[in-house]
Amino acid sequence: MALSKVDYNSLNVTAAASKALKWNSSANGFETGDVGGSLVLLETQTADDSATLDFTSNIDSTYDEYVFKFINIHPATDNTNFSFQADTGTNTSYGQTITSTFFNNSHTEAGGGGGIANETGQDQAQGTAFQRIIVDVGNDNDQNSCGYLHIFSPSSSVFVKHFYAETIIMNYNDGQYNSFIAGYFNTTTALTRFRFKMESGNIGAGVVKMYGVS
Amino acid sequence: MALTKFNYNSFDVTPVASKAMGFNSDADGLTSISPTSMVLIKTLTASSDSSLSFVNGSSDVVLDSTYPIYLFKWINIHPGNDSVHFSFNGSDDTSSHSYNITKTSTHFEALLYEGDTGAAVQYNTAGDLAQSTGVQSLGRGVGNDNDQATSGELWLFSPSSTTYVKHFMHRDNVAHDGNGSFSNRISGYFNTTAAITAIQFTFSAGNIDAGKIKLYGIKDS
Repeated sequence: MALSKVDYNSLNVTAAASKALKWNSSANGFETGDVGGSLVLLETQTADDSATLDFTSNIDSTYDEYVFKFINIHPATDNTNFSFQADTGTNTSYGQTITSTFFNNSHTEAGGGGGIANETGQDQAQGTAFQRIIVDVGNDNDQNSCGYLHIFSPSSSVFVKHFYAETIIMNYNDGQYNSFIAGYFNTTTALTRFRFKMESGNIGAGVVKMYGVS
Repeated sequence: MALTKFNYNSFDVTPVASKAMGFNSDADGLTSISPTSMVLIKTLTASSDSSLSFVNGSSDVVLDSTYPIYLFKWINIHPGNDSVHFSFNGSDDTSSHSYNITKTSTHFEALLYEGDTGAAVQYNTAGDLAQSTGVQSLGRGVGNDNDQATSGELWLFSPSSTTYVKHFMHRDNVAHDGNGSFSNRISGYFNTTAAITAIQFTFSAGNIDAGKIKLYGIKDS
């Protein structure tokens, strides 16, 4: 008789993509999940000439911190800004109150502009606009931006919600920006969803990943 | 007939050393899964505590050569007093820890008040240290209104080295007592070749009223 190996659908658990097979917390059955680490990938969204990228699930008290990573964000329109906002419940206004700071290092391919500057045009003082995290990004074929955004305890009903981000940008003027953004959503209502968009035109391409930090 | 147990090679997947078994990206087959490299070691939750300390070998804390990099994260640290500095220090003792390691550091900050005043990015000489054994401030001027707190992170590199000084770097955001957003960046080194065996967090005055601090180890393999 031929040897038969145990196949994925022979196990007494529902298969979940890219998840490991584990014993459950009572050690009396199988479950799927992540192993050996605290940075848990929750969702990946890939832009394809997208007006927005919305993360509307898995944002709750499960994790104390959420991290978004931006990989090769490429705008459909030249010289625009990539920004984000949050909302509560199932609302879609994305106009929460933000106080934030924004400073930037810059240097052009021609050797100009080397310096660090506080960008008061990019910060917000109790503003409700989308918070810019990538500015002046170009849309030549090879131009894009990458970075990360940390959000702390979005589900808190007690505290404001702190965030900070760092992005690296090839700008429309053929130069490099390194931007540092931080602030808080000045609300004690739980934030349940985040939206990313370009200020003009669509997100031509790129990936945004959301992780939970356990 | 006796039950035969499945062995490591009984499954329809090629075994890979030190990997876990899981489902592939289409959820229609088995594959090997890599454990992630960031491992939660210990969580401390404040409840009007004068300090929170992570001591190697105590209460399941690991702070030695097991990991080359350690990462502390704090979430909504809320002070008992208004306008106080969230701070840390290290110890090289193996028992009865004193927190007084010599440090040299830099500190810069970006700030903006809710009234759209004070916008600046600046070096802060009040927050740096030059061969000081005192605490290193992290988030400065944390407010203690009910909704005010600070969140952030501190990276500590190779604390067990007996050859090199020990570098650290930090980033946070603070709900400032003056009602503003202050984002701080501190970096520096413990100027000692003795192993750092413990890290302690305090406020410059009063207690840590609430919040949690987590310690992670970052694997190098």
